[in-house]
Amino acid sequence: MINVLIVLFVVVFVAQVVRIFEISNIITKTKNEVSDRSNHINGILLLLSGIGLLVFFFWQRAEWMDQTLQISASEHGPLIDNLWDTTMGLIIVVFLILTPLLFGVAFIYRGKENNQASYITHNNKLEFFWTAIPAVVLMALISYGLVVWGKIVNQDISDAMVVEVYAKQFNWTARYAGDDNQLGRADVRFVGGKNELGVISQSTKDSQIENLDKKIQKLTNDIKKSENPAEKKLISKRLEKLEKKKKTLMTYFITTPMDKLMAAEDDIITKELHLPVGKKVLFKFRSQDVIHSAYLPHFRVQMNCVPGTTTQFAFTPTITSADMKKELNNDSFEYVMLCNKICGAAHYNMQMKVIVETEEEYNAWLETQNQTKISNL
Amino acid sequence: MGIEGHHKENFFSKYVFSLDHKMISKQFLITGMVMGVIAMVMSALFRIQLANPGESSSILGTFLGRWAEGGVMSPDIYLSLVTIHGTIMVFFVLTGGLSGTFANLLIPLQIGARDMASGFLNMLSYWFFFASSVVMIVSLFVQSGPASAGWTIYPPLSAVPETISGSGLGMTLWLVSMTLFIVSSLLGGLNYIVTVLNLRAEGMSLTRLPLTVWALLVTAILGVLSFPVLLSAALLLVFDRSFGTSFFLSDILVQGEVLSHAGGNPILFQHLFWFLGHPEVYIVLLPALGITSEIIATNSRKPIFGYRAMIGSILAIAFLSFIVWGHHMFITGMNPFLGSVFVFTTLLIAIPSAIKVFNYIATLWRGNLQFTPAMLFSIGLVSTFITGGLTGLILGDSALDINVHDTYFVVAHFHIVMGLSAIFGMLAGVYHWFPKMYGRLMNLKLGYIHFWGTFICAYGTFFPMHFLGMAGLPRRYYSNTAFPMFDNLLDINEVVSFFAIAGALIQVVFFFNFFYSIFRGPISSQNPWKSNTLEWTTPVERIHGNWPGEIPSVHRWAYDYSKPGMDDDFVSQIVPMKEGEEEHH
Ligand code: HEM
Ligand SMILES: [Cu+2]
Ligand SMILES: [Cu+2]
Repeated sequence: MINVLIVLFVVVFVAQVVRIFEISNIITKTKNEVSDRSNHINGILLLLSGIGLLVFFFWQRAEWMDQTLQISASEHGPLIDNLWDTTMGLIIVVFLILTPLLFGVAFIYRGKENNQASYITHNNKLEFFWTAIPAVVLMALISYGLVVWGKIVNQDISDAMVVEVYAKQFNWTARYAGDDNQLGRADVRFVGGKNELGVISQSTKDSQIENLDKKIQKLTNDIKKSENPAEKKLISKRLEKLEKKKKTLMTYFITTPMDKLMAAEDDIITKELHLPVGKKVLFKFRSQDVIHSAYLPHFRVQMNCVPGTTTQFAFTPTITSADMKKELNNDSFEYVMLCNKICGAAHYNMQMKVIVETEEEYNAWLETQNQTKISNL
Repeated sequence: MGIEGHHKENFFSKYVFSLDHKMISKQFLITGMVMGVIAMVMSALFRIQLANPGESSSILGTFLGRWAEGGVMSPDIYLSLVTIHGTIMVFFVLTGGLSGTFANLLIPLQIGARDMASGFLNMLSYWFFFASSVVMIVSLFVQSGPASAGWTIYPPLSAVPETISGSGLGMTLWLVSMTLFIVSSLLGGLNYIVTVLNLRAEGMSLTRLPLTVWALLVTAILGVLSFPVLLSAALLLVFDRSFGTSFFLSDILVQGEVLSHAGGNPILFQHLFWFLGHPEVYIVLLPALGITSEIIATNSRKPIFGYRAMIGSILAIAFLSFIVWGHHMFITGMNPFLGSVFVFTTLLIAIPSAIKVFNYIATLWRGNLQFTPAMLFSIGLVSTFITGGLTGLILGDSALDINVHDTYFVVAHFHIVMGLSAIFGMLAGVYHWFPKMYGRLMNLKLGYIHFWGTFICAYGTFFPMHFLGMAGLPRRYYSNTAFPMFDNLLDINEVVSFFAIAGALIQVVFFFNFFYSIFRGPISSQNPWKSNTLEWTTPVERIHGNWPGEIPSVHRWAYDYSKPGMDDDFVSQIVPMKEGEEEHH
């Protein structure tokens, strides 16, 4: 009902506006043409809007800059931040030159009845300079950018601590590599029961096969008891599926070399990400369903998690959570990992707590995670 | 089709299945405008959602019905709205609507042709566009919701319906719609290219062509070269979705079942998508730049500065746009060296873009500027092109992209440089060529109100988004409340939403002005802007075949404004050279 009224109201309103508009046009007999006066007014407005744009720009910076990301908490972070500041500085300078130039020129040359424009078609010298100067500046910028990029992607990872980050709709799981610093093999086809990440190891295989066998046993019994042929068919289909799954598991298990199986046993699965400060980590990213993106803004780290492949990113955290709280004067501050690639309905709430702490604290924490060690699952 | 071929026209042949390029142009424009309103309303709705997280809003309840039970929008519907908003804006408004309108209107009129090379293909192009629009709208009403995997429809999200509800029937319809759209744009594009190359009037050499036509020609070439790649990506996706192939899918576990797809690679899709996607940005932008070149020269009463440099930069941008697609994929795990190559090519685009900006400003310099609404929108375009283009230097730099990729910084960047610039160019074109389309003038004052309102709201909406991005806020977030680190961004969001809604409301002025002037606007004179180009030598009545008699021949370039020694401050292209006059450019 109210909707209908609103629509009616709008229609009547528009109709009235049209009438007033028509009448006022007749009364004032305004010429529908650009005049010196309209040029003058619009020229001034252009000048004001140029100034306004700059004021708006500075106002936003004053008002909101402290809500943007503050100091970075990783070793490569300052490299990115310096490149950012340089580039940002450059584009702000260009913005502050070109904007007043555009609106200023528009204001100064606003049309007047008796003015005459100059017939200027081109100017080779000028055009050469304004092609060459941006080209030189850009070459410098590209070189600087690529040097930084190279430093970030070509880190020495031989002694980095390996951690897997595993994405699925809609949460993150971490897997620590254990004492051997080697992640065991994993595959989505191995996911089942407590083995959330599909890690392939002796113990996960045993527990899963045991599980499967129980189920198979039960179904086999059911089939014997059942009288109904339709039901029989259904059960035998399910049975077939389980047998197939068992076969897949066995194949994976058999084709995984012994050292990989052993490497998996001491892996630890956790729901929080703890990192020792000052130690390089090598993240290995996997996803089980759609593309996610692991985004750690405070560390200037981001990498997509792509089903079917593993991606990686190495970095060194430099500030503990406790120090960052002090630095930011915010007791409730925590590092987080967000998902930054659209991945479904709860994309906006896919997070994992990240804690950077001293080596001792980290080791103490890892001790407490023993019950999610693969060999204990 | 010559004028002698006058057959009886009825309502259908004149307004519906018209073969006349001028009518087809209007059809594209009106369809594009309708789609634009839909997409704009969507953006207003999801901005309301963002500014009032979790609160019940009667507006949302009223507009969205079962999509917003109790006035609260669901995350699925939020993502659908964002997806369809982006799709409609990019493809339907700024590709179909913009190129379709102005390529159809201006190519034959400005090169001196009686119509397009093939009127029939041209009509087909419109009807495919229409059909694709209808399918897209229909997809809004399916039970499981419209496509919701983002306008970039990355698989597996877009391929596996279990992962998001919009990837069921909604996604199928999206793909059908886009397929029709691509057919439309190929039919149109081929026609535009052939027409420009073959049907130019006598004397209309390529170096006398107005920059609008140059831009539309290059746009058509980009489209013809890149849309087929999107088509192939879409078809492969259809195979993966419906016929069990594994081009883009591998090792996927949903709802406890491992899918049978194996060996595919989701990143392959992104390569195919962005091979179109990046040129698409320029398909959107170049016509707008062409339109502004024309309007700025005319209303500065001055030749466009650096005509050849303008053509050169259009060609350079077009060429480079094919080798930069990887800048959308720096953090997909792509080989870092490949990333470096894309950084290099991407930042190179800044050079021709800078040249264009300098040329625009130099054209204004020492001009006698006539601030029509079209001129104001063109100046607005130059401003947004500067502001938005500059942040491209950040996003094109892989090391910096790590931290702002897929955040609101990107949303700010592309809305300003692509969205606003192209919309401003389109509106400028509508104001400028309205007399050519309808034989009447639009109201000037309303045009001013529209421009100033739009300009202010546009910056008010999109500039603050940079700060959201620099705070690390990801795009495509239904709500910012799940992370304490975003709690204090609410005031920025309120500013954004305020301007977004005000900006949407201001458009009412434009629509009123547009439709009112079609019927009641003052009758236009033949050449209301004192312009040089050929379209203003045709009669106001807009006849079939464009020129009543012979097609005039062309004697000079399009930019002889305020040429010394001439009687007027403009010289139509059909005026022969005077004795001893030099042809400049
Ligand atoms: C009417 C004014 C507009 C407003 C208020 C608006 C607002 C927005 C916002 C806030 C988003 C991001 C939502 C999110 O990530 O959660 C968005 C997405 C988008 N908009 Fe707009 N927009 C407007 C006009 C345009 C125009 C003119 C274009 C044309 C290029 C456009 C193209 C897009 C695209 C491509 C996306 C990305 C969709 C996706 O993430 O899949 N928008 N818009
Ligand atoms: Cu995710
Ligand atoms: Cu691109």
